[in-house]
Amino acid sequence: MTDPLHQFEIHVIAPLFSIFGVQFNFTNAALFMLVIVAIICALLYAAFANPELVPSRLQSVGEVWYEFVHNMVRQVMGEDGMKFFPLVFSIFSFVLVANMLGMFPYFFTVTSHVIITAALAVFVILLVITVGIMRHGLGWFRLFAPHGVPIAILPFISAIEVISFLSRPVSLGLRLFGNMLAGHIVLKVFAGFVVSLSALGITGIFGAIFPLGMAVGLTALEFLVAFLQAFVFAILTCVYLNDALHPGH
Amino acid sequence: MTPQDRSRRGAAGGSDAERLSKRLHDLSERIRTETAEHAPPKGPGAGDHGSRYGVAIRLASEFVAAVLVGAGLGWLLDRLAGTSPFGLIILLLLGFGAGILNMARASRRMANSEAAAAAKASPPIDDDDDEDE
Repeated sequence: MTDPLHQFEIHVIAPLFSIFGVQFNFTNAALFMLVIVAIICALLYAAFANPELVPSRLQSVGEVWYEFVHNMVRQVMGEDGMKFFPLVFSIFSFVLVANMLGMFPYFFTVTSHVIITAALAVFVILLVITVGIMRHGLGWFRLFAPHGVPIAILPFISAIEVISFLSRPVSLGLRLFGNMLAGHIVLKVFAGFVVSLSALGITGIFGAIFPLGMAVGLTALEFLVAFLQAFVFAILTCVYLNDALHPGH
Repeated sequence: MTPQDRSRRGAAGGSDAERLSKRLHDLSERIRTETAEHAPPKGPGAGDHGSRYGVAIRLASEFVAAVLVGAGLGWLLDRLAGTSPFGLIILLLLGFGAGILNMARASRRMANSEAAAAAKASPPIDDDDDEDE
């Protein structure tokens, strides 16, 4: 049976340079990230190159894509959150296309690597802190001391709030990573069952029907998860940025 | 258009108008059942509340993340300050607290967005009803 983890291996395609003894390489992960960005740019360019009043199919897709994120940002953050629309749109598109690209056989799933999802999540949280302090100064830290809490238990509440805040990037990054990793492993394992069972002769071939059905069903589920996780990542980005903009809530 | 139609038919005969209003009623009933049938499949992909699977994963990860962060902070504190077991114990417990808080917040947020979605979805149907009946 093939190794279900083989698909997550990172290969060096071209060594680039080294700084202070740390080697920087162009890997398949980097290649796929470039492909993702290229796909997003190409799709959006093709959709809106010749805009028409009655949209073509591709233009409709682009409009739905845009409006979906637009409504999400407006609903969560309100009108003054629209400054962050380009950021949220980029994050959503990147994660969505990365997840969907991972559904192709033999393709590399960028978001199944914790370093990439963690980098995205940490970037979002650092942005939240930066925006919060820029907007509200040090008063933003009142987020950690809720209103109307007795002074006796305030240290506990503050500690819990701080841990809760710090757990956001962890849950944000781990959720996306865990979903993509687990989904792809399970898919691979069931597909592997089909191959190894059908090698056992006629009974094996009949026995392989069940894992084959599972693999088909799981593929559909994985498409749902791929979209859902991109959506959840984007909407939580909005929710956290909203905390930076309106810390009182 | 419809009131005009109705009055014209009404002039022609009472039974005719009755039949028409019955047909109208049937149609609105059919539209309502149809929209009710078509609405749910749209939900799961569109809202974070839609998929129960997504909800479960979200709540679980919120909780686990807080516990992990609490334990990590405690471990770091112990290493830096040399307060060996106590930092880990206390911050792990606080992490559990933060996990519960996270889950409560996340589920409230989901309930809120669900309520907002329901409020947004129902008025058009109600309006239709009022006009028809």
